[in-house]
Amino acid sequence: MKSLAELKAIRDRAQAELQMRQENPNAARVMVGMATCGIAAGARPVLNAFVEEIAKRGLKDVTVTQTGCIGICQYEPVVEVEIPGEEKVTYVKMTPEKAVKVVNDHLVNHNVVTEYTIGTATK
Amino acid sequence: MRELSLNVMDVAQNSVRAEATLVRISVTESDKDDRLTIEIADDGCGMTQEQVQQVIDPFFTTRTTRKVGLGVPLFKLSAEQTGGSFDIQSEKGVGTTTTASYVKSHVDMTPLGDINSTVKILIQCNPQIDFVYTCTTDNGSFTLDTRELREVLGDVSLDTPDVLLWIGDYLEENTKNIYGGA
Repeated sequence: MKSLAELKAIRDRAQAELQMRQENPNAARVMVGMATCGIAAGARPVLNAFVEEIAKRGLKDVTVTQTGCIGICQYEPVVEVEIPGEEKVTYVKMTPEKAVKVVNDHLVNHNVVTEYTIGTATK
Repeated sequence: MRELSLNVMDVAQNSVRAEATLVRISVTESDKDDRLTIEIADDGCGMTQEQVQQVIDPFFTTRTTRKVGLGVPLFKLSAEQTGGSFDIQSEKGVGTTTTASYVKSHVDMTPLGDINSTVKILIQCNPQIDFVYTCTTDNGSFTLDTRELREVLGDVSLDTPDVLLWIGDYLEENTKNIYGGA
């Protein structure tokens, strides 16, 4: 059973790492579109997949956050990946499976998954 | 929306945009009474009486980027199509409370779905806001209050990956008994 005591232990571990996280201005950002359109298209499992895969791989310098509707509702779920110093990439019609591939290829190995990008989808 | 929990996530975003510091989400389910009630209450900027009237219109939104706002109308529809009811109370500067009530056995009832996941994502994406989530069924009640978690966590943020995993498991374990494993 999960207890508050366990949460305390997590805090102590996290505090040690906190310094490291804050000092890193080069954190990559993953933004999942979570307006009505994104949610209805299935953005929630996509966001969960990103969080789980990033946690599983222990990536410290990535933040996953939600954003609003950017006006391309027909392509939802939309995910934008921003790595400092690199061009922002917009992935469309995402699924949890695609999310795992984006974490592994793009965030870890810096190879954009071109086949999932909006540029490919609109061709 | 395939799950009511997705409507909750959507409408709770309105509270976030209203700069709420505390959002209360309560889900009360009773097989005995054949009712499910969802309430989302915030202490955000609130709305004028005129705006409250307008917000149920899909072609009203306070955003300037486009002309439609479907969150509240979809939530209202989901409740009314089961023979339930829908209500918004709001006061400028005080906050807004949205209540949707459902007749559970109705053929058009949308399943509640993964509400724990909704609560987890809301906490993750808005670590600066406090959430109080209460779920109640005929079997009992459970409350998660992020203010209590914050007390334990000190300066460690609620969106730390390990903390989020703990919140997810904590929600699941504690709500399992209440929902009777269903």
